[in-house]
Parts: sequence; structure tokens; C-alpha cells
Amino acid sequence: MSLGRIARYLWPAVPVLIALVITGLLLVVFGVSPQAGFGAMLRGAFGDQSRVLSVTAFWVPLALASVGLVVSFTAGLWNIGVEGQIVIGAIAASWLALKFNFSGPLQIIFELLAAMIAGAIWAGVTAFLKTRGKVHEIFGGLALNNLAIIFTNYLISGPWQPPEGGTFRGTVPFPTKALLPLYGDSRLSPISVVMVIAAVVIVFLLLRGSYWGLKLKALGKNPSSAFLLGVSSERETILALMFCGALAGLGGAVRVTSWFDSLRQSISGGIGYLALLVVMLSAFRVLLIPFIAYFFSAVLNGSITLQLRTQLHSSLGGILTGVLVLMVLLFGELRQLKRFSEGRVSSRPDE
Amino acid sequence: MNDSELVRILSSIVLQSTPLAIAVCGETITERAGVVNLSLDGTMLLSAMVGFVAGLLSKSVWVGFLAAAGVGALFAFIIAFGSIRLRKDQFAVGFVLTLLGDELSAFLGQNYTRIPGQKVSHLGIPLLKDIPILGPMFFDHDLVVYFTFILVGVTWWWMFRTQHGLRLRSAGERPEAGFVRGINVNRLRYIYTLVGGSLVGIAGAAYSLDIKLGWSEGHTRGLGWIALAIVIFGGWSPIRGAFGALLFGASKALAAALQRRFPEESVVVFNATPWVLMIAVLLLVGSDATDRLIALVPRRFQSRLRQLLRVRPPGALGTLFIPGEAGGE
Repeated sequence: MSLGRIARYLWPAVPVLIALVITGLLLVVFGVSPQAGFGAMLRGAFGDQSRVLSVTAFWVPLALASVGLVVSFTAGLWNIGVEGQIVIGAIAASWLALKFNFSGPLQIIFELLAAMIAGAIWAGVTAFLKTRGKVHEIFGGLALNNLAIIFTNYLISGPWQPPEGGTFRGTVPFPTKALLPLYGDSRLSPISVVMVIAAVVIVFLLLRGSYWGLKLKALGKNPSSAFLLGVSSERETILALMFCGALAGLGGAVRVTSWFDSLRQSISGGIGYLALLVVMLSAFRVLLIPFIAYFFSAVLNGSITLQLRTQLHSSLGGILTGVLVLMVLLFGELRQLKRFSEGRVSSRPDE
Repeated sequence: MNDSELVRILSSIVLQSTPLAIAVCGETITERAGVVNLSLDGTMLLSAMVGFVAGLLSKSVWVGFLAAAGVGALFAFIIAFGSIRLRKDQFAVGFVLTLLGDELSAFLGQNYTRIPGQKVSHLGIPLLKDIPILGPMFFDHDLVVYFTFILVGVTWWWMFRTQHGLRLRSAGERPEAGFVRGINVNRLRYIYTLVGGSLVGIAGAAYSLDIKLGWSEGHTRGLGWIALAIVIFGGWSPIRGAFGALLFGASKALAAALQRRFPEESVVVFNATPWVLMIAVLLLVGSDATDRLIALVPRRFQSRLRQLLRVRPPGALGTLFIPGEAGGE
């Protein structure tokens, strides 16, 4: 076996190793041995059944938002607004849970639908600002994220404040029939896992075999030639973002109807931004999304246990995933790296 | 409200706007050279934290600023190296650095939150500070504020009045044309990305050591994104960008005054102001609707108004330059 081939097989392990070494060093600097630190994280993620269920419950909205982002990234769009789309979906589901009373399972079905519609509309605003107002979707989305969070805080401390008043933490708990049915006393709803699987299959088929998927790819690869082929960039931009927004909104509904039982202050708490990292790591391959999202969920849940055990700030998990994604972005794809070193000769024609 | 109170408010707006103006100036330099450093929010958070801790440990604000500039330069280097040398997506790298800077600042600064530290000392400029109104507004502050005035002026002069500035702008506008004239485009992009990044780092420390003293998790969160939007609003000009930072500071002061007046109702308005403003100004300078509005005013004012309101990004912003392939040979 040639050295090149060995390198190609081992290559994916390198970014993981670098991320572990850097976080390990940080642990040492802060006076915790890496074995104890990583051990606490591992036990925090997979130590017993309840922890595994917790990791899985956290994974659901992350995976839903990530799957949605594959669609918008395929169309070449930077949907940073996914965070706000999760939040607005959570608000819409809460609105139905608090203010309406439908019979039987209709209640939860309408909540989920409302969340998807709200997420799609919120993403549609970003899309409209982009196509009609020439506001880049990064800025439009980011502003709308903050507005969605401010709106949540307004609702919790104002109109939807619990009658006993001022905790500013969240609304009153929803009635049981407004919540997703949970597995045992965990925060995981088996139905929500089905949603993830369905979303992965739909998006996989959509991008692989549908005409719309083809149009999105054309738009993402080369907007101007896509236009010449008759692909309406405005229509496809709006639809791709709204599709992502609907899945993100659904994730928000899962947050309020299973992870929590009410609308809370940081209802998403950065799941959307995390989803962007998941998708970057997957290189836009939708079948990889569930696994990467699960890894991220385990790291984050593990780092919360780390904080409880060692008093170290739980952002260590974010550092681990961040360094990992950075390394893969910079040095991933061995082939591309190789092509670059060949290209270096021609990039200095003046020498 | 009497005169002296108004002057006091105006003076505080100038003071509050300075870190943002420094960051906008830095990013303007970077983007004029053709590189987008999207990591501003994370860079500022980490440099604010590092600047505060370095200042605390060394008992010198200047060491703090130096360390913060180093953090800014390091992040900028990762972006320049990633996009120029490795040819990777600079938006993606910048976004990851945004999150990483945020997480690193929370982790590394966890033992330094909410404690007193170093502060840049006040230094009124004799004579100048006694000019009525303008004196207290501009010349009764500290060295960070005066540095900002000089920085904005010098950057404008460098960019638009020197040969170096011409080369800088050609790297971002039409790199192949610069290349034909013997300019090493990618080396210039490295240099100016690092210079811009260092300034963003200094802006972060300007918060923790001067304008918004101390460190706590998420100390400057959101301000990096505001700065990125102001760069666009400022039409990639340091002076217009500084004006944008001032305008932002003024609107924030106005919202704060409103909040004092109606504390219950207006907290939403106060918090939402920056983000509504972000969308509004980007619509103003970018959307076609502005052109249609301009067409309504008398013809002789149209071109001046268009110059005032509309902006155009550097032609090669965010693109790679590969000399051999881009018409260089």
C-alpha cells in the first residue's frame, strides 16, 4: 500500500485528533486531566439510558434544521437565519398550545403545522429582502434572528407571562395534549425521531431525483447560467429558504413540545448556528447529517456534564466542534490539497 | 433638556461610537483589498477578553491593546491563509471563526468575569477642549478616541490619495489589472487582511478597556455583525463608515433616552433598534426602490442624492485571485 493511499484513509482522523489535542490542552491549562475531562464528557453523553435519550432528544431539532440547510446550501444560500426560524416556529407552536383548544390529536398536528408555516414565512422574509431588497441573506437572517429572540422575551415578560408573575423564565406549562407523547419520563418523543427520518428521506430524494433539486443545484453552482437555462433565481431562492425555514420551524416546535413543555427564554440557544456547522462538516451530503448531528449533540450534552463535575465552562464542547469544523474546512479533502500544491507552481508566474 | 445636557449626550455618542468606528475602518481596509473577514463578531469577543486579561495581568492597557491586536491578526491570518493559499470558502471559515471566537472567549475568560481591571485614562486636550460645544464633544475624551479620529483620516488619505491606496483598491476592484501592472495581489491581500484584523482586535479591547469596561460572557456579542453591516452602509469608505458608526451610536442613545422615559413599553423597541436599523439601512443603500425614489426628486439633485445613498461593493470582493488563470499571462 502506498503512502498516499494510507494517508487518504487516515486523513479524516487528523482533524478529530487536532480538535481533541487542543481541547485536551485547554483542560490541562485549567487544571483538569484530559482523561477525567473527556471521561466526564463521555459519561455525560452515554453514561446511562437517560443520558442517551437526552442526547437523542437534543439531536432531533438539530438534525431537522441541518437537513433543511442542505436544501438552502444546495441553492448557494447562506441561511444564517435558521436560528430565528427555529425560534419563530417555537413561538407559533406555543401560540396554538396556549390560546387554542382543538380536539384530540388535531391539537399537536396543528401546532406542528403552524410552526412549519411560521418558520417558512420567517425565512421568506429573508428571501424577499434578498431578491427584492438586495440585502444579503447573512445580514437579513441575522437581524431576523435577533428580532425573533427579542419577540420571545417580549412575549414571556408581557402578554404570555404566567399569572403568578415575574420569573421571566417562560410561559405556563402547556396542557398534556398540546405536547408530543414522550418516551417514559425522558424528553424524547419517538414521533420526532420519525420526523427526522422522513425529512432525511424527502430531502435525499428531492436533491437526487427531482427536477426542483436539479434547478437548485444549477442555481447554487452558477446563478447566471442557471438564469439562461430558464431557472428563476428569485423563485428558487424563496422556495429553498422557505423549505429550510419549515424544517427549522418544526425543530422549534419539537423544542417547546418535548424538550421543554413551555416557551422559554433561550428556546433555541444556538441550535441553528450549530446546524450550520453540522452541514459544513457533512459537505452537503444529507445522509451524513443524522450521524454528524448526533456526534455534535453528544459533545454538547457531555460538556454540560463536564461543567457540573468540574466547574469548567461548558463552552469547551463548542470549542471542540468548532476546531474540528475549522480543520476540516481548511485541510479537508486530500485531493483538493494535492491539486493546490501542483497549482502553486503556476500561481507564481513571475518567478 | 438644557444645552449642557445635550452636549453631554453628544459627547457620549462620540465616545460610545469609537470602537465600532475602529472595527468598521479595519474591515473596510480588508474588504477594499478584496477579502471578506466575516469573523468580526467572534474576533471582537475574543480580543475584548484577551485585551482585558492581558491588561489586568500586566497592569498596562497598552499591553492589553497589543494582545488584542494579536488576536485579531491571528484570526485574520487564518482567513487569508484559508482563502488565498488553500482556496477555501472565506465565508465558511469566517463563520466558523465567529462561533469559535465566541466559545473561546467564554471558556478562556471564565475566571475573569465581572472583576475590575485596567482603564484607559481620561486625557482632555488643552485649549481644544474649551471650544464651546465642539470641545467637549470631540476633544475631552481619551487617547482611544483621538486614535480613532487619526485612524479614520489617515486610512482615507492612504486609500484615496496615495499610490499604496491605489494598489490596495486595485487588489479588491480588478486584481487582474493590478497584476498586469506588477502588483503582487495576493501579498497585498495578506497584508491588508492582517492590518484590518488587528484593528478589529483593537476595537474589541477598546470595549473591555475603555467604553464598556470589564469582561463578561458575550460582552460585545452582536456588535461585530453591526460593524459588518456599517461597512456596507459606509460604501467601503472609512469616513462614511465612521459616520455610520456615529449614526448607530446616536440612534442607540435615542432609544436609551426613550427607554428611560417609558421603561415598561420600550424595552422591546430599545433591543430591536439595532437590528431593524440594520435591515433598513441595507435596504436603503441596496434596493431598487431607492432608485425609484431618487427618480422622483428634481433632476439636478438626482446624481448627488444617488451618490449619497447608493453604494457599490469592490468589484472582486470575496473572490479568489489566481494569477495564471485570471488573464495574467
